[in-house]
Amino acid sequence: MNMMDTKATSALLYLDGVHVSFDGFHAINNLSLTLAPGEMRAIIGPNGAGKTTMMDIITGKTKPDKGEVLFDGIVDLTKLDETKIAELGIGRKFQKPTVFESQTIEDNLLLSLNVDHRVRGTLFWRKSRDEAARIERVLETIRLTDSRHMLAGSLSHGQKQWLEIGMLLAQDPKLLLVDEPVAGMTDVETHQTAELLKEINRDNKTVVVVEHDMTFVRELGVKVTCLHEGTVLAEGTIDDVSANDRVVEVYLGR
Amino acid sequence: MTPHILTRSLDRSAMIFLLIVAAVGILLPLSNLLLPAGSMFQVPTYLMSLFGKYVCYAILALSIDLIWGYCGILSLGHGAFFALGGYAMGMYLMRQIGSRGVYGNPVLPDFMVFLNYKELPWYWYGFDMFWFAALMVLVAPGVLAFCFGWLAFRSRVTGVYLSIITQAMTYALLLAFFRNDFGFGGNNGLTDFKDILGFNIQSDGTRATLFALSCLALAVGFLMCRAVVTSKLGKVLIAIRDAESRTRFLGYRVESYKLFVFVLSACMAGVAGALYVPQVGIINPGEFAPGNSIEAVIWVAVGGRGTLIGAALGAVVVNYAKTVFTSGALAPYWLFMLGALFILVTLLLPKGIIGTFNDWCEPNRLRNRAKQKRDPIVESAAAEDGVTLPRPAE
Amino acid sequence: MPDLLRRLIFVLLLTFVSSAAHAGPFEDAVARLSTDSFSDTEAAIGALTASGNAQALPIIGALQGGRLLADSASKQLFIKSPDGKFTDAATGASVASAPTSATVVRLNNRLRRVVDAAVGTLTLLSPDPARRVQAAQSVFKTHDAAALPVIDGALAKETNAAAKRAFIEARAAILLFKPDATEPEKLEAIATIKARGDREALALLTGLTGDQPPSVVGGAANAKAAIERSLTLWSYLQNAWYGLSLGSVLLLAAIGLAITFGVMGVINMAHGEMVMIGAYVTFVVQEVIRTSYPGLFDYSLLIAVPLAFLVAGLLGVVIERGIIRFLYGRPLETLLATWGLSLVLQQAIRTTFGPTNREVGNPSWMSGAFELGQITITYNRLWILCFTMAVFVILLAMLRYSSIGLEMRAVTQNRRMAASMGIATSRVDALTFGLGSGIAGIAGVALSQIDNVSPNLGQSYIIDSFMVVVFGGVGNLWGTLVGAFTLGIANKFLEPFAGAVLGKIAILVLIILFIQKRPRGLFALKGRAIEA
Repeated sequence: MNMMDTKATSALLYLDGVHVSFDGFHAINNLSLTLAPGEMRAIIGPNGAGKTTMMDIITGKTKPDKGEVLFDGIVDLTKLDETKIAELGIGRKFQKPTVFESQTIEDNLLLSLNVDHRVRGTLFWRKSRDEAARIERVLETIRLTDSRHMLAGSLSHGQKQWLEIGMLLAQDPKLLLVDEPVAGMTDVETHQTAELLKEINRDNKTVVVVEHDMTFVRELGVKVTCLHEGTVLAEGTIDDVSANDRVVEVYLGR
Repeated sequence: MTPHILTRSLDRSAMIFLLIVAAVGILLPLSNLLLPAGSMFQVPTYLMSLFGKYVCYAILALSIDLIWGYCGILSLGHGAFFALGGYAMGMYLMRQIGSRGVYGNPVLPDFMVFLNYKELPWYWYGFDMFWFAALMVLVAPGVLAFCFGWLAFRSRVTGVYLSIITQAMTYALLLAFFRNDFGFGGNNGLTDFKDILGFNIQSDGTRATLFALSCLALAVGFLMCRAVVTSKLGKVLIAIRDAESRTRFLGYRVESYKLFVFVLSACMAGVAGALYVPQVGIINPGEFAPGNSIEAVIWVAVGGRGTLIGAALGAVVVNYAKTVFTSGALAPYWLFMLGALFILVTLLLPKGIIGTFNDWCEPNRLRNRAKQKRDPIVESAAAEDGVTLPRPAE
Repeated sequence: MPDLLRRLIFVLLLTFVSSAAHAGPFEDAVARLSTDSFSDTEAAIGALTASGNAQALPIIGALQGGRLLADSASKQLFIKSPDGKFTDAATGASVASAPTSATVVRLNNRLRRVVDAAVGTLTLLSPDPARRVQAAQSVFKTHDAAALPVIDGALAKETNAAAKRAFIEARAAILLFKPDATEPEKLEAIATIKARGDREALALLTGLTGDQPPSVVGGAANAKAAIERSLTLWSYLQNAWYGLSLGSVLLLAAIGLAITFGVMGVINMAHGEMVMIGAYVTFVVQEVIRTSYPGLFDYSLLIAVPLAFLVAGLLGVVIERGIIRFLYGRPLETLLATWGLSLVLQQAIRTTFGPTNREVGNPSWMSGAFELGQITITYNRLWILCFTMAVFVILLAMLRYSSIGLEMRAVTQNRRMAASMGIATSRVDALTFGLGSGIAGIAGVALSQIDNVSPNLGQSYIIDSFMVVVFGGVGNLWGTLVGAFTLGIANKFLEPFAGAVLGKIAILVLIILFIQKRPRGLFALKGRAIEA
């Protein structure tokens, strides 16, 4: 009991015994997961393992039927909505890159800045020098400085992925949830993305990466959690997990 | 409001638009009043009132464009806010009649005497004062929009669902205002106005002033909308329109933004209605008819949604066409024309007149857009609509 | 009144004692009526009632209708029939015309009551059982003690069950109010009235005043309470029936929408116009039958149903191919375009058939009504309910078991997968939309039976239909069923309290509030995919 408490309070993200079902289909089944502050975790699992649903739960899009979801050891995420959770400092990149296509790249970043998000503050908002500099930095990091005035909708798939990661950076959250960041990227881009994520992680940010691409996961070199049918199947280094019989069975079929 | 907001909102096309509105708002009344009747350049009073009606419709169209074009909220009940503003003004005008009515009752309007009202209903109190009526022009639509929007946006009713319940809202009001015991004149509405602020409502001078005021309201409304859409709030609105849930995950309280812009838009529609009533001389429950609201939406679609100028232009063009057609030998075919307009604009001219014009004029933007497979507005409309087709999980 | 009663009783008793032995009283009465003085008239009515003469009822009936003319000179009476022909009242023989001196026999209010009672008494003995029941009912209402001997006499001979029951009830009413009836008689009477249990019985018991034994007062109060309870129950049942009927109409109008909006996700604002077109198909079918094959009129609806399905369905396919398929994924644009379409269709019908209501008749098997306990059920509403359920079941079965139904479900669930399995998705889209439109057309046939057939017919249903689909939950036919009947019944139960218009407004407000709680309706699908 005592151990659990310390585990819960010292963890940045703590999921315990979470269940979700949609019309009788158990998408998440007794899922428990703990992330220490500053940790980077890769989550793998076959289609339908519940990876995206897990992210939906953390970000408040889906409410679990039962179970505990704690952030920073004290905040009960199941009681909050998406907006509140985002304000707490949880950022998310979606599986399908979701950027504001009819606005420029710069505006996309500007919208993501973690400044006053209330209606009045936004109406009378003026970009300060500091904020302009932040946008500049992010643009450089994601290598889109030259095309800053282009509409986000005109970017290639890989560029959109980067823009979305850039939006995460502008948001400056404590916890980043990154869903399939390298889907549709070339090998070079994949490599660059891995470097970028590692760099973000070095800034003492906690990162959760959901990815299918095993080369990419290997490159990250972090602890891996394998989900299957909404529950944790195996956890450990990439080599441990890929050597696990049950993981092999799940991925290759019986 | 800081000056910064104003300067930022005035680009070249906005300046041109404002100049045109100012020119029309000044020259038309002057020509009506100063030139001799029958002169080639004299604008007859009936024509000025007709244009005044168009200007009010243009304000209504602006208010619809603000929420539909920039925030993706398709209201099919904006006529209700327009009519509420109109009723608030109509109530003031009724009280101004005083004992000059047919029944000569100094307090009760004619229809109340006719319906055997013994005393003024409480909700008619205060409408003998112009400032109170003017306040109500904003408050009545604003409060309705706030209550309705608060309920709808908080529970995330979006897309066609929202459109349908806004239509139900105006339909319910239509039924209510048709009732005699509701205290707003029932079927006949409010009419036979005599004067406004002591000026005879029929006189050329009053009409010219009302027209000029309508143009002023259009200009102010336009500036306000520009200020909103060019601010960061405008970017948030577009973000909500294109990807509502994404905006939420960035930490924006989407329902507050929608509520803000919905109430603002409803108040604008109320002002449009209030200016409309003294110029046409009547307000009746027919203004609540769902058909009116949806017709106003097509003005915006014709002009080009999300352009503001297009909304105003569309309102004037469509209504001018309506006047021309319904007064001539082609009257029976007007509804065919209007119906065809709905279909053709959505099929062939989805960006409207101004949007298409912009695409021609800005080859740079066009090139950017050409790279896209699909129009983002269109795509987002699908994503944000309530009836997303089921997709395979993961 | 007691004076009047006494006289009538006297006259009646006299009749029964002396019967119609001498021919005098009838002729006397005729003569006295012809003097046209109020007192003579009253006495004459009594004598006529007692005379047993076949002309007595026609004479008093004419008197009641102000069609009895008297010629004081010749002491003759004439009856003017409603179509202006004259008969000699005493003999019943037709005459060419009444003398110019003849005037209408006058009545005052007191006499009018006497006349009514006399007509009642006379019809109690009518050879037609239905009229006897009617007369007994009116005696039940007036509980005129003067009628008691006639009732007793009639009851003894009565063989018709309905008339017999009516006589027993009338007798009970009289006994209950008769001052000299015994206590057990009165208690028995109360039991009989309680068993009758309708509004009339309640009114009768409520009217019971004067010096009554305590047991009778108590018994009447109990009976009244019991009747009130059962009446409340019946009124709930009646409301429930009205609600079911309205629900069936809503379901019929919404069920096609549940296909196009619910299953396909296409919002068709011209749906109401498909209903309207179905109604006009019925009109055209009936016109053709009227002019060419009058004998087929009773089958007109059976002919109209498949025709309306075909016409509206084909139109639906054309609309889908011509407009809607270009707008998939753009629901708001679809909404606007189909609204424009609805304007065009309305105007087209208006220019073809005129803006006014067109007459669509009910076949004989759909007109009339029957009573079930205390509630009235009209045949057309009942048929529409049955028809709606049949359409619902057929549609459900079609979606579940037919190959096109299977294809439809496949396409809605996963378009790309369905296409790769070799399903012609665009054909399925057109057919699905055609099916929804065709069902709207069928709805039009049914609605033509209870609503005005005008170009605006569809508009009055479109908002309600959308409410039903939204309330029931999109993409679920069962939801539409439950939604339609819930809204129908709720509407009818609200109406007595709030009035029709406020009731409707209340329903709209309730739905808006309901959407707060369950934004996706009663039977919403849950899951990540839907919420994406």
